[in-house]
Amino acid sequence: METNQYLDLFLDESNEHLQSINDNLLELEKNPDELSYVNEIFRSAHTLKGMAATMGFEDIADLTHKMENVLDRIRNEELNVTSQLLDVLLSAVETLESMVASISSGGDGKQDVSHLIEQLDQIDKGKPVQTAGAGQQVSSAATADSETKNLEINEYEKTVIVQSKEQGFQPLVITVYLREDCLLKAARAYMVFEILDKNGEVIKSEPSVEKLEEENFENEFTLIYVTKESKEDIEKKIMKVSEIEKVEISVLSDEALSAALPAQTEEQKEEEKKEAPKAENDKKQAKPSVKTKLNAASSKTIRVNIERLDQLMNLFEELVIDRGRLEEISKDLNVKELSETVEKMSRISSDLQNIILTMRMMPIEQVFNRFPRMVRSLSKELNKQVNFEIIGAETELDRTVIDEIGDPLVHLIRNSLDHGIEPPEVRKQNGKDPVGNVILKAYSSGNHVFIEVEDDGAGINVEKVLKKAIENGVVTPSEAERLTDEQIFQLIFASGFSTAEVVSDVSGRGVGLDVVKTKIEALGGTVFVESERGKGSRFIIQLPLTLSIISVLLVEIGSEKYAIPLSSIIETAIISEKDMFHAHNQKVIDFRGKVVPLIFLNELFEVPDSKQTDEFYSIVIVKKGEKMAALVVDEFIGQQEVVLKSLGNYLTNVFAISGATILGDGQVALIIDCNALIK
Amino acid sequence: MAENEQMIKAVIFQLNDEEYGVDVHQVQSIERMIHITRVPKMPDFVKGVINLRGVVTPIIDLKERFSIETTEYTDSTRIIIVQVDDKEVGLIVDSANDVIDIPTEKIEQPPEVVGKIESDYIRGVAKLDDRLLILLNLNKVLNAEELAAIANIEA
Repeated sequence: METNQYLDLFLDESNEHLQSINDNLLELEKNPDELSYVNEIFRSAHTLKGMAATMGFEDIADLTHKMENVLDRIRNEELNVTSQLLDVLLSAVETLESMVASISSGGDGKQDVSHLIEQLDQIDKGKPVQTAGAGQQVSSAATADSETKNLEINEYEKTVIVQSKEQGFQPLVITVYLREDCLLKAARAYMVFEILDKNGEVIKSEPSVEKLEEENFENEFTLIYVTKESKEDIEKKIMKVSEIEKVEISVLSDEALSAALPAQTEEQKEEEKKEAPKAENDKKQAKPSVKTKLNAASSKTIRVNIERLDQLMNLFEELVIDRGRLEEISKDLNVKELSETVEKMSRISSDLQNIILTMRMMPIEQVFNRFPRMVRSLSKELNKQVNFEIIGAETELDRTVIDEIGDPLVHLIRNSLDHGIEPPEVRKQNGKDPVGNVILKAYSSGNHVFIEVEDDGAGINVEKVLKKAIENGVVTPSEAERLTDEQIFQLIFASGFSTAEVVSDVSGRGVGLDVVKTKIEALGGTVFVESERGKGSRFIIQLPLTLSIISVLLVEIGSEKYAIPLSSIIETAIISEKDMFHAHNQKVIDFRGKVVPLIFLNELFEVPDSKQTDEFYSIVIVKKGEKMAALVVDEFIGQQEVVLKSLGNYLTNVFAISGATILGDGQVALIIDCNALIK
Repeated sequence: MAENEQMIKAVIFQLNDEEYGVDVHQVQSIERMIHITRVPKMPDFVKGVINLRGVVTPIIDLKERFSIETTEYTDSTRIIIVQVDDKEVGLIVDSANDVIDIPTEKIEQPPEVVGKIESDYIRGVAKLDDRLLILLNLNKVLNAEELAAIANIEA
C-alpha cells in the first residue's frame, strides 16, 4: 500500500498525540492520584503506536509499546507516580518527538531507543507483581504453527485481530494460488483484494502488498483477513476471479495467533483486551485507507498550505477593487436592480474578507505548549525551583509569525531561568519565596501583539552589564557614563554579549539575546526589557499583527487619504482658530486641561493643494503612552476595517508611515505611525 | 542558425529620444498608468505606491531618477514592474515597445557618459542596425541604501 500520502496525516496526528501526552504528563505530576490523566496518556500512546506500526516506524512503535506497559501498571495502581518515573516517560516523549521530527524532515525516524526501553522495562519489572520476565523467555521459544504458513504477525496486527474477534469478526488465513499461466498476476491479486475489502479487512499479506503490486511474487500469496462472512462464501467469491487455481481458507485459531507472535505474554494479552471498548476508533485511525479522522472529540479541520491562503487573499483583494468599480458604476447608472445586487455583493465580500483574514490567524497556544516541559527539565538541571505560568495562550497571531516566534521565546525563557531566577538558597537569604516565578504572557493591544517573559529573579545587574559591554568593546567607557539604565538594558541585546560568568549548558554561549533581537526585528517587531534590581526582569516583545485587519480612521488631507489606527486615537474634535495658543514656537491646544501640541499634517507631509482656509480645524488626538498630540487634518472620512500591507523592501524607513492599505476603490492609502509623530 | 550565439532578451522602452533595455527576466509585467499614492518625505523620483493586484508596489520615475528632462505623462506612458533581489518596483517610462534578442557580443562597455546618465547605472550599450540600446544595471538603479542616503540629504 502506498503510505506516502498518509505521511502528512501521520505527522500531524503524531504531533497532536505527543503534545497531549506531554500536557497530561505534566498535569499528572501535579496530581499524581488523578488516574484520568493516565488514561488520556495511555490512549494517545496507544493510537500513536498503532499509527507508527502501520507506517512501518518500528522504533516509535516499540517505544510507545513499552510506555504503554508502564502506563498500564500505573493505571492498575501497581506502580506509583514518582518524579523519576515521569522523567523517564518525558524523556521518552522527547525522543519520540525527535523521531517524528526526523521523519518529517525526510529521515527514516530510526533512533536508538534501547536505553529508554531498558529503563521502561526496569520500571515495568521493578515491582514483582507479575512474572512477566519469565513468560517472555518461554514464549520466545515457541515456533509458528504450520497453519499460519510463514506469516509473522506483529503486535499491532495481533491487537487488531483480537479486537475484531471480540466484535464478532472471524480471522481467516487465506492462501490464493494463481494459475501457472496467469499473465496479470498483480491485477488478479488486486481483484482478490477488492472482493475482500467489500466484506472485511485484510490485515496482513505475505508477500507484502507492495510486492504484489510489483508482481514480485510466485504464484501464491497468503492473507490474514477478518470478516463476518463464512469461509465458504469467501472462497466462492474469490474463485470468481479468473486465472485462480485454488483458494485455501482456514480459521486462525487463538493458539496459532499467540504462537505466531513470539514475544507475546499473557500480561500483554490482557492489556489488549482491556483496550477493546475503544478498539473501533483506534482501528479506523490506524487503518491507512480511511482518510478522515473519526474523532468526535476534536473539531473538524482540514490543513491548508499557507501559500494557498496568500493566493486567496491576493485574489480577494482584486475582487474588492472590482467591487469598488461596480459600486461607482451602479451609482452612475442609478438602476435600482443593479445597485441592490452590488450592495448585496459588497456585504458578502466583507464577510468573505473577515473569514479569509481569520483563517490565517492561529492561537499562540501551540507555541506556548512546549514550554512547560522545557521549564520543568531546565529547572531540574539548574537546581532551581520554578513555578511557570502561561497567560493568554488563546491570543491569535498570524500563522507566519507563529512559525517563527518559538525560538526567540525559548531563548528568553532559558535566559530567565538561568540568569533571572536565583538558586533557592539565595532566594531564601533575600527573603523571597524559594520558588521562583516565570510568567509567559501574550495579549493583543491595538494593532500589536505583545508577548512578555517575566521573572521575579535577580534583575539585571547594571554594573556587570556595563563592565562586560566595555570589555567586549560594545561601548567605550566615556559613552558608558552617559547611558541611562534603559539604554544599558538594551546593551544585552548587542551581539557577542553574555553576562553569564560561567558558561553553562543552558545559556551563555555568547549567542542568545542578539539572535532574539534579530529574529524579532525580522518579523517586524521590537523587543525591550524592563528590570529592577532584586525584583526581577520583564522582556517585552512587540509584534505587528501582520496581514491582519486593523480599524482605522480615514482622513483626507488635500486630495490625499490617510489612515490613522484607531488604537492610537483618543478622540476627534473640531476646534476654532482662537482655541490655539503658541508655546515655544509651537502651536498647542488646551485639551481637557492638558497642553497638547498641534501637528499640521499637510505641512508635515508636504501635501500639495491642501485646503485649510476656514477658521475651524478638524483634529485627531492621538497618544503614545502618556504623551499626546493633535493631528490637524482637512476632513474625517470615517472608520473602516482595512488590511495592513507593507510598503515592500524598496521603501524602508518611511517617515511616520507604518504601512499601507488598499481601499475599496483600489487606491492605496498610507497608514500613519503615530508613535513616530510624538517625541 | 547561429544558435550557439549567446543572447540576452531585453524589454525595450523609451525615455525621451533614447531607447533603453532591461533584462526580460527582471521584468514582472508592464502596466498602464494608474493612480499613484504619494509617499511623503521621499526623494522626488519616488512617485509613490500603487496597488498592483493587491500588492503595494513603489513606483519611481526613471527620468527623474536619472535627472534627465521630464515630460507630462501621456497615453503611452507605461509602468514596467521589475524585480531585483527581494525588491519589486515599478519604473515609469515614456513607452514600452519591444522585446528583442541582443547577441552578447554586440554589447559594449558603456562610455563614460551615455546620453546624460551616469555610467554606473549602465550595464552596457548595444548597437543593433541603426538603433542604440542602453542596457540598465537595475541593481544599481534600485539600490535601497542609495535611496536612503538621498532621502537623508533632502531631509
